[in-house]
Amino acid sequence: MVGHKLVESLTGGGPGVFDVTVVGEEPRLAYDRVNLSKYFDGKSAADLALAEPGSYERAGIAVTLSDRVTSIDRAARRVLTAQGRVLPYDKLVLATGSSPFVPPLPGKDAPGCFVYRTLDDLDAIRAWAASAGVGVVVGGGLLGLEAANALKNLGLETHVVEMASRLMPLQVDEMGGAILRRRIESLGVAVHTGMATKQVVSRDGSVCGLLFADGGELAADLVVFSAGIRARDELARGAGLTIGARGGVVIDDRCRTSDPDVLAVGECASWDGRTFGLVAPGYRMAEVAAQELLASGTGTFAGFDMSTKLKLMGVDVASFGDAFGLEPGAHVVSIVDSVAGVYKKLVVSADKERLLGGMLVGDASVYGQLLALVQNKIRLPPHPEDLILPAREGKPAGFGADALPMEATICSCHNVGKQAICAAIAGQNMTVGAIKACTKAGTGCGSCVPLVTEILKAELKKLGVTVHNYLCEHFPHTRQELFHLVKVHDLKTFGEVIEHHGKGRGCEICKPAVASILASAWNEYVWKDEHVPLQDTNDRFLANIQRDGTYSVVPRVPGGEITADQLISLGEVAKRYGLYPKITGGQRVDLFGASVDQLPNVWRDLIAAGFESGHAYGKALRTVKSCVGSTWCRYGVQDSVGMAIKLENRYKGLRSPHKLKGAASGCARECAEAQGKDFGVIATDKGYNLYVCGNGGMKPQHAQLLAADVDEETAIRYLDRFLMFYVRTADRLERTATWFNKLEGGIAYLRQVVIDDSLGLGDELERDMQRIVDSYQCEWRTTVEDPEKVKRFRQFVNVP
Amino acid sequence: MNWIDVCSLDEVLPDTGVCALVEGKQVAIFRLGPEVYALDNFDPFSKTFVLSRGIVGDRDGIPKVASPMYKQSFDLRTGNCLDDKAVSVPSYDVRICDGRIQVSV
Repeated sequence: MVGHKLVESLTGGGPGVFDVTVVGEEPRLAYDRVNLSKYFDGKSAADLALAEPGSYERAGIAVTLSDRVTSIDRAARRVLTAQGRVLPYDKLVLATGSSPFVPPLPGKDAPGCFVYRTLDDLDAIRAWAASAGVGVVVGGGLLGLEAANALKNLGLETHVVEMASRLMPLQVDEMGGAILRRRIESLGVAVHTGMATKQVVSRDGSVCGLLFADGGELAADLVVFSAGIRARDELARGAGLTIGARGGVVIDDRCRTSDPDVLAVGECASWDGRTFGLVAPGYRMAEVAAQELLASGTGTFAGFDMSTKLKLMGVDVASFGDAFGLEPGAHVVSIVDSVAGVYKKLVVSADKERLLGGMLVGDASVYGQLLALVQNKIRLPPHPEDLILPAREGKPAGFGADALPMEATICSCHNVGKQAICAAIAGQNMTVGAIKACTKAGTGCGSCVPLVTEILKAELKKLGVTVHNYLCEHFPHTRQELFHLVKVHDLKTFGEVIEHHGKGRGCEICKPAVASILASAWNEYVWKDEHVPLQDTNDRFLANIQRDGTYSVVPRVPGGEITADQLISLGEVAKRYGLYPKITGGQRVDLFGASVDQLPNVWRDLIAAGFESGHAYGKALRTVKSCVGSTWCRYGVQDSVGMAIKLENRYKGLRSPHKLKGAASGCARECAEAQGKDFGVIATDKGYNLYVCGNGGMKPQHAQLLAADVDEETAIRYLDRFLMFYVRTADRLERTATWFNKLEGGIAYLRQVVIDDSLGLGDELERDMQRIVDSYQCEWRTTVEDPEKVKRFRQFVNVP
Repeated sequence: MNWIDVCSLDEVLPDTGVCALVEGKQVAIFRLGPEVYALDNFDPFSKTFVLSRGIVGDRDGIPKVASPMYKQSFDLRTGNCLDDKAVSVPSYDVRICDGRIQVSV
């Protein structure tokens, strides 16, 4: 993994300044050993591969696999391999990693004994497990528990044997170990601590059990040794390079060994007397080594925080910073919940100002935040216990990502700071996936992903971005953006819109949305050939589809005013075609049960009787309902019917993000229910009160008073502006009430836009509306007058 | 294979569908870009013969039609429902021959 990181750093994905040769003893390129166990959870070797197929070739890197370097000839600057290759070098980097330590027990090499390091190891374990019943893991550290999980998933009765008094002795203390043990045991894994293994016992040539120092024994058909790792330093030893006291080839701050032309990175290297068995310090070494080789930077390896967060058998375990409280005077804040199986411990500095470290068992969700507190030496809040207490009543524990300074390190594995993540977000990387790809944050151990997500959310909020508001997979735009693009670029067809601003062929989401935008902007006949494929079910046949696949027909009855002759005609049409008539809630008549091929004939008759399309099928103006008003009503103060007819005739045919309903009431008694409509006027003795953004339906909402006591002309001007503003800015299928609820600034803002013209859009909105009004046509009249269009109503294309 | 002549290609608007009656079966015929597809016209979700009236397009590059009733999408090539793996509609062979659409059911 570290070798791969080095190659990446050297080449940056393309041919670099060196001829690079990679030699590996395994039959495959680098893979993700951190997630090795996922190989048993359905991930394939290809899934775990770190390098994309062909990426080494593209970068001009020579690769030799399934061959092992056996010696280094430093004098001649060349290496020799087991298969007899002789490879010269100017600079040599050792990234040989480590090998599992197998304690020198009698019988340790018996068939059925394994280590847990490579994909080949896992293949061998899987094969042996097929005929085994009991599996034992020797070693209760993190890798041992990973291996135990694997054995359990392979269906074995699983035991873990640990010499120390607790599991994961390097990461957790006694209390943490006790909680962890309970969680592991509850998963059906037997845990044996304080047990020193003395001998591996075999029968008939394969393993059958373990003997312990205290005389105890344990039956086993399969044994996995996971008792730590040892640096693979044998090449360096053979070449006479300096070796650390506890193993590993000694490197300096620039990853150079005692021979400056030979570097070492990763688990095989010893720095300051220590080796590092984690990926993050290895990656840091790889970066430093790349800079050294390219003479491109002055980074140094200066040790590494060995904080870790893991999920072992579904149990979170994390330890970070000074987890054991070794600093003099350090305080400890901890909570233990043995019911939930959670242990959290904070180590606080003597002056109580800073967090030094801690450990988390059972719930490590705050790990990223706590680690950032440690690494960035952020001053602790007055009650540090709040950081680890469970969230209550919806109040989140801890603190927000916003509290972190820009220089805070977020991803320790790849050394990515908050600054870099914010820069990536500003560069339009607006998903966690995009940020990962751009910065590499979260692609190591993954523990910082929640923190990255939080930063992303906070930044997007600051940018005023609403997440996932794109129309659909075909358009990376909101409806509002598309509307703007259509207007600015004078786009007239869906083909133009998707060609310039989208991709693919569209779908049932974007096609009707774009059709609606085009209609709102240009008001062309919706049945033009290029618009027909975009129309949703009802617009497609200019009628409302019903559950049996037939259609219903609603002629317009503006304001609900209808003549006796028209009523008779409606009855005759219903009889002639066998339709079911029903009075609608919008003061008109719906005729149900027409088949597709009946529709043109029904409409020919309706048009002859003086009717026109009611647009009940469209996301468009439906009706403007009215009471009888001052002509008949003894309380009426204005002619509400006349006003309703005027409004309905003005806005009929207006396509909008969703349907629009209006009403006009002749007095304050409000019989037309104008306060439950998208727009409504209520007569006063001085004129009209204008209401907007009301709704009935699923979530009833009272309308807002936009303007009081305005005359008819002013009411219409405000309505023009209001409706056009809504049409331009709402999301698809968003009624005015929902749109209003999202409008920052509420009714005061809407008044500023509509009445005070704060955006300077007033004239433009009025002009746009006037153009719609002037270009109105009855879609049904246009349709039945064109024999080619009428043909589209044939039930079967091949039956005359 | 028994090809049955249905209609002229011009009788189907680009990127729309029509319904044809072929040997007693309702067949939905679609144009999407340069391609022609044929599925059964019966929508198994609404149990109505309406698929030919759906909007065609694609999802992740898969050509599909969305039922006009409850909007489930069907792969135009196979008839498989993209929203419910357990559901599919029959798909039929279709070709363009001398500017005529022909199907085999």
